[in-house]
Amino acid sequence: MDHSIDQSKEIKKITQWHLAKRSFQRHWQLYILMILPVLYFIIFKYVPMLGAVIAFKDYNVVQGIIESPWVGWKHFENFFNNPVAWDLIKNTLFLSLYQLAVTFPLPILLALALNEIRDGIFKRSVQMFTYAPYFISTVVIVSMIILMLSPRSGIVNTLMEAIGLDAVNFLGQADMFRSIFVWSDAWQITGYSAIIYLAALAGVDKQQYEAAKIDGATRLQKIWNVDIPAIMPTIVIILILSVGNLMAIGFEKVYLLQNPLNLGTSEILQTYVYKMGIINADFSFATAVGLFNSIINLILLIIVNAIAKKVSGNGLW
Amino acid sequence: MSKKNGTIRESYNDRVFLTLIYIFLSILMIVILYPLVYIVSASISSPEAVTSGQVWLWPVDFSLEGYIEVFNNSDVIRGFRNSILYTIGYTLIAVFLTVIFAYPLSRKNFYGKTFFMIFILVTMLFYGGLIPEYLVVQQLGMLDTPWAILIPKAMAVWQIIIARTFFYTSIPEELVEASEMDGCSSIRFLWHVVIPLSKPIIAVLALMYAVFQWNSYFDAMIFLRTEDLFPLQLELREILITQSESGANQDIAEQQKRQQLANLMQYSLIVVSSIPVLIIYPFAQKYFVKGMLLGSVKG
Repeated sequence: MDHSIDQSKEIKKITQWHLAKRSFQRHWQLYILMILPVLYFIIFKYVPMLGAVIAFKDYNVVQGIIESPWVGWKHFENFFNNPVAWDLIKNTLFLSLYQLAVTFPLPILLALALNEIRDGIFKRSVQMFTYAPYFISTVVIVSMIILMLSPRSGIVNTLMEAIGLDAVNFLGQADMFRSIFVWSDAWQITGYSAIIYLAALAGVDKQQYEAAKIDGATRLQKIWNVDIPAIMPTIVIILILSVGNLMAIGFEKVYLLQNPLNLGTSEILQTYVYKMGIINADFSFATAVGLFNSIINLILLIIVNAIAKKVSGNGLW
Repeated sequence: MSKKNGTIRESYNDRVFLTLIYIFLSILMIVILYPLVYIVSASISSPEAVTSGQVWLWPVDFSLEGYIEVFNNSDVIRGFRNSILYTIGYTLIAVFLTVIFAYPLSRKNFYGKTFFMIFILVTMLFYGGLIPEYLVVQQLGMLDTPWAILIPKAMAVWQIIIARTFFYTSIPEELVEASEMDGCSSIRFLWHVVIPLSKPIIAVLALMYAVFQWNSYFDAMIFLRTEDLFPLQLELREILITQSESGANQDIAEQQKRQQLANLMQYSLIVVSSIPVLIIYPFAQKYFVKGMLLGSVKG
């Protein structure tokens, strides 16, 4: 019996080798074409992954990554012994979770609502206008926020004063920061994110709608029993991807919206990495903090994927 | 809903529900449109009207002073020119690399495609970090050169998947076999058959990459030091965000006037910097939707 297993393994090996050889003979030019892109991924994605070892070293330019001395967990200990660490972790998590809680369900609602109305000028305008802010750059979005929320000449305060309220320095208040960040993000990406759900809804079998109708289902029941189950796989995939990005979310925008007054809630792990690493040139320490961030990210992703698989049978892998 | 089913009439509840949907969508549309309309209106109003809060929807005292100020600003013009060059160069490089990588991955009997897919997907799951990435760019001697903008972000995994899915579904295997029978080489086939057949996906990729590059500022902020190389977004950051809090000296009236003009210029600048994206928006919208659809197909 063992003998036959060995044999089939042997055959498999030979066929694999044969397949590879045949594929290479046939497509050798394509393999050559791939060299450049593969090099790109190695140099700009994989080398930095290995380069992250400097988190465990005292990196200096003279000795380089390989020669610099090992220091073990020193930089991690320094980070966690610093009281600011817990504020950073808390800020990062709160901002990410708030962001997820708002920007994840809104596109689903928009897609479901759009799916209910007849194709016409109104539907197309809603799609066109809700989609447009996605194309505005982060710098411009942040400038718009700053201009419109400005305590002296901003339109929001002007309108508030017109109805008898006091002017508020929105960006100067730490407790406002998260809401400003999250809701402006929702403003920008809801329309764009809805497209993927609209695509999934377009693929629903029309017979299911008719069957639901004949059974006397209301529109709401139809959404609940036909639409939502139909887009469930898409919802799960997007949820997992969003969680995978949780710790990386909108860091450039956070950085631009920061000012000394709102740092209490706006300083997150990634902005701290930038300041310690690029500005203060404390490369090893900043890499350790960044690595910590990436690892939390990966763990969250693995957990959510496992849960999603158990609950809905869908997962990324 | 549809006319065929006219026999089954909408119930009272359904009509209420549908009305609520229309109200929801209308409110959403107004909320999204308002800031855009306001910015444009403010940009073509007089500085005094904007600062004193008279503008809240439509322009007041039509004036192009803000725009004149923008086009007299040499930093903005230089940034604009740099951004155009970066966007064109980057888009060409990115589309080229994406196509030559995605096409082999789409061929059914291409040995190793699963390996290469995992090879790129891993990079989505785990990120080496900002500092190691910076060190690579530094080691390659790209710091403070245009290459730092053109190369390190030259490919995106999502775009590779979209392109691969397109090739996979739209280039029939029979065509490949027929061409091989005729002794056509793989590269010739890619160049003379696949690429002409793939114009829609190339447009999708080009738009996605171009919009990304036009809007990005962060790489420029960490990799560039020389102001002559700054892209528009970085100039915008300097003018719109970094400077908006400062402003001292000179006498009060003069300073107030300057402040008003600077304020107005910010609105105009926002509009001007978005013009290229606005011009391509009608195409972009169509193709982005197509790209998202393709990307969501499992292959």
